Amino acid sequence: MTLLQVRHLRHDYRGAAAVDELTFAVGAGELVCITGPSGCGKSTLLRAVAGLVEPTAGEVRLHGDPVRAVPDELSFVFQDYGRSLFPWLSVRRNVELPLRWRSVGRAERAERAAEALAGVGLAGVDDRYPWQLSGGMQQRVAIARALVTRPALLLMDEPFASVDAQTRFELEDLLRRVQRARATTVLLVTHDIDESVYLGDRVLVLSRSPAHLVADLPVDLPAERDQIGTRGSAAFVALRGEVARRLRAPGDPAAVG
Amino acid sequence: MSAAGRFLRSWALFAAGVLVWEVATRLAGHPFFPPPSTILVTGARLWFAGPVERAFLGDTVLDDVLPSVLRAVTGFAVAALVGVGLGTVLGRSRTGMQWCGPLFAFARAIPPPALIPVFLVLFGIGGRMQVVTIAFAATWPILLNTVDGVRSLDPVQAETVRALRMPPGHRLVLVVLPAALPKIFAGLRLSLSISVILMVVSELVGSVDGIGFQLRQAQHAFDFPVMWAWVVALGVVGLGLNAVLLAVEQRALRWQPTRATGVPR
Ligand SMILES: Nc1ncnc2c1ncn2[C@@H]1O[C@H](COP(=O)(O)OP(=O)(O)OP(=O)(O)O)[C@@H](O)[C@H]1O
Ligand SMILES: [Mg+2]
Repeated sequence: MTLLQVRHLRHDYRGAAAVDELTFAVGAGELVCITGPSGCGKSTLLRAVAGLVEPTAGEVRLHGDPVRAVPDELSFVFQDYGRSLFPWLSVRRNVELPLRWRSVGRAERAERAAEALAGVGLAGVDDRYPWQLSGGMQQRVAIARALVTRPALLLMDEPFASVDAQTRFELEDLLRRVQRARATTVLLVTHDIDESVYLGDRVLVLSRSPAHLVADLPVDLPAERDQIGTRGSAAFVALRGEVARRLRAPGDPAAVG
Repeated sequence: MSAAGRFLRSWALFAAGVLVWEVATRLAGHPFFPPPSTILVTGARLWFAGPVERAFLGDTVLDDVLPSVLRAVTGFAVAALVGVGLGTVLGRSRTGMQWCGPLFAFARAIPPPALIPVFLVLFGIGGRMQVVTIAFAATWPILLNTVDGVRSLDPVQAETVRALRMPPGHRLVLVVLPAALPKIFAGLRLSLSISVILMVVSELVGSVDGIGFQLRQAQHAFDFPVMWAWVVALGVVGLGLNAVLLAVEQRALRWQPTRATGVPR
């Protein structure tokens, strides 16, 4: 079942296109990774999907309805997680924040925040302030806040780009676990080729700016992945090479498919 | 131990200064400059001569100090309400400050004591004139800092607010005002000292009670120990009000990394 449709999407900043002629669809429950050269328009694509910027041309449809403002069942995790958490709210109050205008009672709010925090492997830090946590823990809080509303679609913009390698592996596995447990649809931007293959059910490769689709590669790896085994497998290495090749040789229309 | 040590260190210079002053005034023996001990004894007789059931507080504490403090606090509270309220509205509106900016710049440039004659004509001698004067002068720092504060929302936080679909009311209370709070408190601190200054100035020229009034009475009667005692009282009132505001600020901004104690960062 198709959840998200992006058709002929184009977005201009002051006359210059950042993304152009982007067309793809995402099925419900899929985890799609988007990768592309630095500055090619990946963040712009996510913003357009979220309804944070208006497309100059083309359209984004969620459940078949055009996206005009941020849809209710969508959550966004920003790359700059440190600044997207509110420093004056404790961890718990940051996480339960999106429930405060959603007619969820106080008790249920606390319960769901605790559940979301436990889901990302954070317990016992409820009453701390975000800046009292490490970068990896802050990113877990940001993910918990995104999940607390039980979104149908989760957008993540380079969510693990600024945490250390060990934390990154943990967070990647956490994301796949949570995503499969809840059948959440995820659209994740990353500039890391390995990460895109390890995490994704599909990898979309974008061209240099203005971004258009260069390749749409299915990832035929077992659903259960593990950092050492999967990354060492022949299928993984082959896919990684494929993504790297498509990244380096953009603009070949025959390559799309 | 270390808290006591810090307390001693910060007040040592003050104590030494008082001691030097004591010795110097005793040696000089000039009637304009009574020694601190005399001032203190005079003050004690002035303020703590009341009956037991009033905790020994003298009549003048109820008749002069209390009205003074109440007027300063009332004027300051009005300024805080108007400043934060109007500042929030203007800061959030796109064109508000374009309309009002020059007006505020002009109004703020007028030294507030210059308006006392105007307010005297409008409101007559008494508490009303003083509260209005204090409120008028104290509003500007709060107002302008609030405008500045509610505008300085971090762009990532602004986009987060949009991505979360936060309704305007929640946005104001949960994001805009907390983000502006450090700047608002900077304005409040400035305004509090302005409030105390204008409390005295307005009492010196247009009042029939209050610390400033008593100060002037003592001066006219050439009663210098009493005059000095009232100067000391002003210092104590200023310190006290400031301590209260600092405590409130410490509580309201305890989320700031630089304020938290015992947390490494
Ligand atoms: N608000 C903006 N105003 C004007 N131009 C912008 C704006 N945001 C992005 N751009 C431009 O649009 C292009 C795409 O930017 P975008 O941030 O979408 O790329 P990106 O792929 O996410 O980059 P990165 O890999 O650095 O995260 C860039 O050339 C950028 O300079
Ligand atoms: Mg980006």
